[in-house]
Amino acid sequence: MPLSFLGNPLTLALLVLALAIAGYALARGRAMARAGGDARKLHSLPNYYGMTAAMFAAVPALGVLVIWLLTQPMMIQNAILPMLPVAAVGERGTDSLILSDVNRVAEGLNIAVAQGVLDPQSIAALREDPSTLRKTLAGVGVALGSDVEPFVLAAAERARDLDARWDMIRAGVVILIALAGLLLAVRAADPAFRARNVVERGIMALLITAASLAILTTVGIVLSMVFESLNFFSQHPWQDFFLGGSWAPNFRGNSELSILPLLWGTLYISFIALLVAVPIGLFAAIYLSEYAGSKMRAIAKPLLEILAGIPTIVYGLFALLTVGPFLVDVFGAGGALSMEGLRDGDPLMSGATAVITAGLVMGIMLIPFVSSLSDDIINAVPQSLRDGSYGLGATPSETIRNVVLPAALPGIVGAILLAASRAIGETMIVVLGAGAIARFSGNPFEAMTTITTRIVSQLTGDTDFASPETLVAFALGLTLFILTLGLNVIALYIVRTYREQYE
Amino acid sequence: MTHTSLLKQDARTAKRNRAETRFQAYGLIAIGIGMLMLMVLLTTIVSRGTGAFQQTFLTLDVTLAAAKLDKKGERNIEDIKKVSTFGYKPLLVDAFEALVESGAVQSDLKPKDMAGILSKGAEAQMRDAVLADPTLIGQTVSFDFLASGRVDGYLKDRVTRESIVNDKNISSEQLDLVDQMRDAGVLGKKFNIAFITGSDSSDARPEAAGMGVSMVGSLMMMLVVLALALPIGVAASIYLEEFAPKNWITDIIEVNISNLAAVPSIVFGILGLAVFINYMHLPNSAPLVGGLVLTLMTLPTIIISTRASLKSVPPSIRDAALGVGASKMQSVFHHVLPLAAPGILTGTIIGLAQALGETAPLLLIGMVGFIASNGPETITEGLMNPNSAMPAQIYEWAKRADPAFYERAWGGIIILLVFLITMNFIAVMLRRRFERRW
Repeated sequence: MPLSFLGNPLTLALLVLALAIAGYALARGRAMARAGGDARKLHSLPNYYGMTAAMFAAVPALGVLVIWLLTQPMMIQNAILPMLPVAAVGERGTDSLILSDVNRVAEGLNIAVAQGVLDPQSIAALREDPSTLRKTLAGVGVALGSDVEPFVLAAAERARDLDARWDMIRAGVVILIALAGLLLAVRAADPAFRARNVVERGIMALLITAASLAILTTVGIVLSMVFESLNFFSQHPWQDFFLGGSWAPNFRGNSELSILPLLWGTLYISFIALLVAVPIGLFAAIYLSEYAGSKMRAIAKPLLEILAGIPTIVYGLFALLTVGPFLVDVFGAGGALSMEGLRDGDPLMSGATAVITAGLVMGIMLIPFVSSLSDDIINAVPQSLRDGSYGLGATPSETIRNVVLPAALPGIVGAILLAASRAIGETMIVVLGAGAIARFSGNPFEAMTTITTRIVSQLTGDTDFASPETLVAFALGLTLFILTLGLNVIALYIVRTYREQYE
Repeated sequence: MTHTSLLKQDARTAKRNRAETRFQAYGLIAIGIGMLMLMVLLTTIVSRGTGAFQQTFLTLDVTLAAAKLDKKGERNIEDIKKVSTFGYKPLLVDAFEALVESGAVQSDLKPKDMAGILSKGAEAQMRDAVLADPTLIGQTVSFDFLASGRVDGYLKDRVTRESIVNDKNISSEQLDLVDQMRDAGVLGKKFNIAFITGSDSSDARPEAAGMGVSMVGSLMMMLVVLALALPIGVAASIYLEEFAPKNWITDIIEVNISNLAAVPSIVFGILGLAVFINYMHLPNSAPLVGGLVLTLMTLPTIIISTRASLKSVPPSIRDAALGVGASKMQSVFHHVLPLAAPGILTGTIIGLAQALGETAPLLLIGMVGFIASNGPETITEGLMNPNSAMPAQIYEWAKRADPAFYERAWGGIIILLVFLITMNFIAVMLRRRFERRW
């Protein structure tokens, strides 16, 4: 087909943009001509007439293109589903597998045809016995899991057919919309036409769209996780997830998937992290805001904040390769504090990955987080409160302990909650430093696992999106999202109410 | 009441003063711990990572015997291509034999075992050289071969004679040979550019692994983030800061954005997996998908910093523009936005730096564990072909069993940090240079 290049969405988009530019020139020229070449007779600056045309040509057409691109795969799937034999689809979950086979075969055929390995005649010849197709497709770089069954090939051919046809229809519709918009705007280009108002309304619509994208992201997060979680709960009892006692995924079925041991590990590690970060961060903030001279502040504050700018993968590696082995040297077999004598020769710590490893390193990461938030809050306490306290003869530390901190307390609580939410959602440090064993234990020298670690392990590698062992990751993610969101909302609420107190 | 001198502190005052000193000391100790941790972290990175930039090379004269490489003697490139890397192995063995015969080294090892101190990629290196220049056949060529990871570790004190007792990849005799060759000056550490430009390697060849291809992956993702997050973020901020009416919808958007900024990054990974890969069928492991996920993650950061810099432009500028007849839109786009641009740029660079170091969401969309042997050739390929990213590559190395990869992980961190420091430095410079106090 000579026009088949229009099937490529990128080419189509470029064509629409070219039309928009042409529209710009046409509309601007027409408006100027109508005004007799005197821009003062126009309602708006000449460029606005051009922009109107460009906007009318490009925006609706590109919008339709994007929506079409998103829906076409689904429409085609719906069209080929009835072609698949009932027996093959009958088993729950396998229809998506067959569909992905069909998609891969169709994709492979496309590549093979493009490279000239296959042509329509040879594909037709394959219909009876498609057993050689797997090898052919492997030759062009599309590896298939099994031999191609005849009905898969038929469906793939139909999918290709529909795809090609709808690509052309799409091109036609998009170009028509672009042309219609262009004509409309060029015809309207008249000195009395309020082009600037139209353009500004259009820009405003774009701005609003951009702002609502934030909402869309949240909706996307929630919907994607809710749907998959519902899917999970339809295959796995919710009682086990929320109330069960053990985490033992088994890809052959009969898994025990309870969030409780993971939640315990998460909270334990976060608790240790806060135990490190809160005192250090808080005292650092107090010193920096109440005692330190401007010179020390100028040096120490940015240095501390470097800790916050270091990527978490670095902390993860630090935990796994430096802190963990160091702790094993101290608390492990033969270490100074291994307590082997008290524990029948059993050292306190046996491996580098442990709750304490991850907790300590996460604590270091959170120090600047706590200190800079608390710093802001302490600075927001009005000077008059301090002056009053000094006037009564209190020392600076007494002032801080009895006046400044109580006044800043709600804000500091908010800061700690934010730090906790960050600790709960932290992934890389625990993936590398905490271990992979789900258990309820109070011993911080043992390896434990967390919600985020399990999400990573259930969703990486070869995963089948129909099994509860994979889907559980979405339920875990949803729980994590709700947990951190709750903490954030409470923290922000506390911080905000507190701020209003003194403003 | 007894008389006490004002110059002498009573017990209670002394106690209060001691408490004061203690309290200050706590603060200093806290800051000290923070600094100490920073120092420990940085020294660990530097001391353990710099080794990755040095690699042990062995200079060896190899006779590229025509009898082995081109039996027909026609120098036909197709014939030469038929000789696999396996066919180059005897050449190495011969080279070591010649080395012993020349008396440069003495060893009881069989020449075949001597060749074991080289990287497993040595044969491929010779083959590539021959295919690039078939006239080399028949000549004796001096090659710089990578030594195996164990030998490299021996030179870097990671591998000791005690640690290799049960190691079947290297023997004590081979290390004797290494010692001799080092003394003879044919084996030694050199700067290893391949670590910066090369690609990841398989588990058996830690000495050949490099960051280059994952750097390209990161660059591609940053392009996507920049192309999407900057315009969308700026547009959203302009609306919220300059036009949005105060009502509940705007309130929801604002609360939403501040909450999105605090959502754990892994949740964005789940979103990317569910929406971009499972629903939209974008390719797995593609930098395009990684870029989209990081865009969503970076948007709140960019919006927050852009709004701050829009807010810092004084209202008098807007009033003046409106006063001379500009529309509200014109006042924003012609006057406020250019004045806020340096601040926006600074915020964007910081957002990009954050995105560059992010790992967790990339694990979920599969940008890990993939060995791309070559860099992409075009931008579309770069966006759509599976690739890794710098932090994901570091994670991948950290998970491998051979400690030789740990050194590479630390080295990778140095490269990553150099990028981050440069970006933050540019941001600070921009702020210094263009910041205006109104």
